[in-house]
Amino acid sequence: MERFGIKTPVRYGINAFLLVAFILAGYLITQGGALGRAQNIMITQVGVFIILAVSLNLPAGYLGQLPLGHAGFMAVGAYAGAIFWRSGLLAGYGSVVVGLLIAGVVAAIFGVIIGVPALRLRGDYLAIITLGFGEIIRVIIMNLPSITGGAQGLQQIPRHSSFLVVYICVIVCCLVIHMLMKSRHGRAILSIRENEIATESCGINTTYYKVMSFAVSAFFAGIAGALFAGNQGILEPNNFSFMMSIDILMIVVLGGLGSMMGSIIGAIVLTSLPMLMQELMQGINQYRLIVYALLLIVVMIFKPSGLMGTYDFSMSHVLEKAGGLVLRGKKKGGDA
Amino acid sequence: MLFVAQLVNALQLGSIYALIALGYSMVYGIIKLLNFAHGDVIMVGGYIAIFSLAAGMHPAVAIILVIVGCTALAIIMEKLAYTPLRNAPRISVLITAIGISILLQNLAQLFFGARPRPLHIPFPTGSISIGEITLAYPMLITIGSAILSMLMLNYIVHRTKLGKAMRAVSEDTDAARLMGINVNSVITFTFALGAALAGIGAVLYFVRLPVVAPTAGAMLGLKAFIAAVFGGIGSIPGAMLGGFAIGILEVIVNASGFSRWTDGAVFLVLIIILLVRPAGLVGKPTIEKV
Repeated sequence: MERFGIKTPVRYGINAFLLVAFILAGYLITQGGALGRAQNIMITQVGVFIILAVSLNLPAGYLGQLPLGHAGFMAVGAYAGAIFWRSGLLAGYGSVVVGLLIAGVVAAIFGVIIGVPALRLRGDYLAIITLGFGEIIRVIIMNLPSITGGAQGLQQIPRHSSFLVVYICVIVCCLVIHMLMKSRHGRAILSIRENEIATESCGINTTYYKVMSFAVSAFFAGIAGALFAGNQGILEPNNFSFMMSIDILMIVVLGGLGSMMGSIIGAIVLTSLPMLMQELMQGINQYRLIVYALLLIVVMIFKPSGLMGTYDFSMSHVLEKAGGLVLRGKKKGGDA
Repeated sequence: MLFVAQLVNALQLGSIYALIALGYSMVYGIIKLLNFAHGDVIMVGGYIAIFSLAAGMHPAVAIILVIVGCTALAIIMEKLAYTPLRNAPRISVLITAIGISILLQNLAQLFFGARPRPLHIPFPTGSISIGEITLAYPMLITIGSAILSMLMLNYIVHRTKLGKAMRAVSEDTDAARLMGINVNSVITFTFALGAALAGIGAVLYFVRLPVVAPTAGAMLGLKAFIAAVFGGIGSIPGAMLGGFAIGILEVIVNASGFSRWTDGAVFLVLIIILLVRPAGLVGKPTIEKV
């Protein structure tokens, strides 16, 4: 059968077109004043959680480990970025970019520091040790009031997280992780998930790839943390408790471990739904976590791969499919 | 003399940790599941105690009700959530366990409110003095009943048929099944046994710290789990040893004026143990075979 193929440069074109279309639509909506302040904050929050979920998906979905300390990396980035922004060393967009980079790099350094020892273990032990590190980071932040504000929190953080900034960060995060996973490094990471011993015997340095995916994940978690700080304007150590790690994990698991599309949809639904529901029905929020927990258990029992499985959306594939159908339809018409 | 008083204090805390750690350790030993919801069983036990005491029951009846309630909850949990996942990847079971933990905490919050509630289990008060040392009865009773429970557990595991089956299943599930052991009921029994110990632990814990909140079990559970890892997860003497070690550590950190760092210190110990001796103090290191 004849296949309707789209050449690679055209695929890039399609993707670039979609990106620009989304950014224009988002920009027009947020700047057009059609949305209130609350909605703007909500959209920014959704973006932050997309970055968190996509970055957690790297070690959890693609590498097949279960880190429970994502909130710790987020906290490190949030405080690093917020402290830089509050110091007012730079102004304008330069300050935003440098602050985000600092947040990412500091978090990535923590990712390596934590990753090297933690990744000697696997499975449940890795889950527990990352949980431990996450909690230690929170305890340290609590107990260094001179730098982090302690339990009182850090206040008056410049609100740098505009829609555009968050959107660009989301794009960069998804793009980097997507390209990483399509490269030979990505195949090495996937093969560690499938069978670590077999991977090692193929001569792949498993420790290197595990630490690398941890560091990349931490980097973006740090950026997400800084964006979170710039959105909220105030940071408290308890924002980054174990429950935050669980919230992010829930998004990734429900969306589908190993599916970027799943993480994005999961983040959009699970972040915006409670806020929208809250407006419709007061007091619904006390049922939120009960529903989440039940969903988590039910999904694990009936569809352990998550709602999207490992499926990833590609516009080019859809166009190819549609094109193939059109082609076949024409052929049939010609025969008759 | 302060030293002896603190030591007894540490032993009291340690025996509570040890009782709870045993539940983690046994379940992990048998199906390699880190039962995240184990700590929340204790929280439920606390609420059972509040309501049965408020209903005017005799304290002894209330205590038995707590133990029975915890056991029943664990059996229900195991049947509903863990049995369907018997052959699932371990990561799915772990996520389910986290889900159950969140579910229990939030159900408790919905029904009983987020505010901590006082719980006064009538326990013999008073103390005995040996020389300059004063030992409060609750402390001694806690340590005594913990040791008694552990001896009973030891008897069940090593001297009864079910205990033998438990050991067989944890050694090799498939071989045990071939020998005619009903693996599923043995696993359920393990959960029940662990939860009964947690029930005893719950009573003793709330005697020491008389407030129940929906999140009361979370940190307690984590620390008990750390105790289990510290001693060597899957090993019963290891869990006891680990429990006492963590109790002593906590009391030392608190007594030296760093009480805000206690949780951090416990996690730090976990990390060091996992790095230096991942199999724990008495565990045997395992080599993964292809």
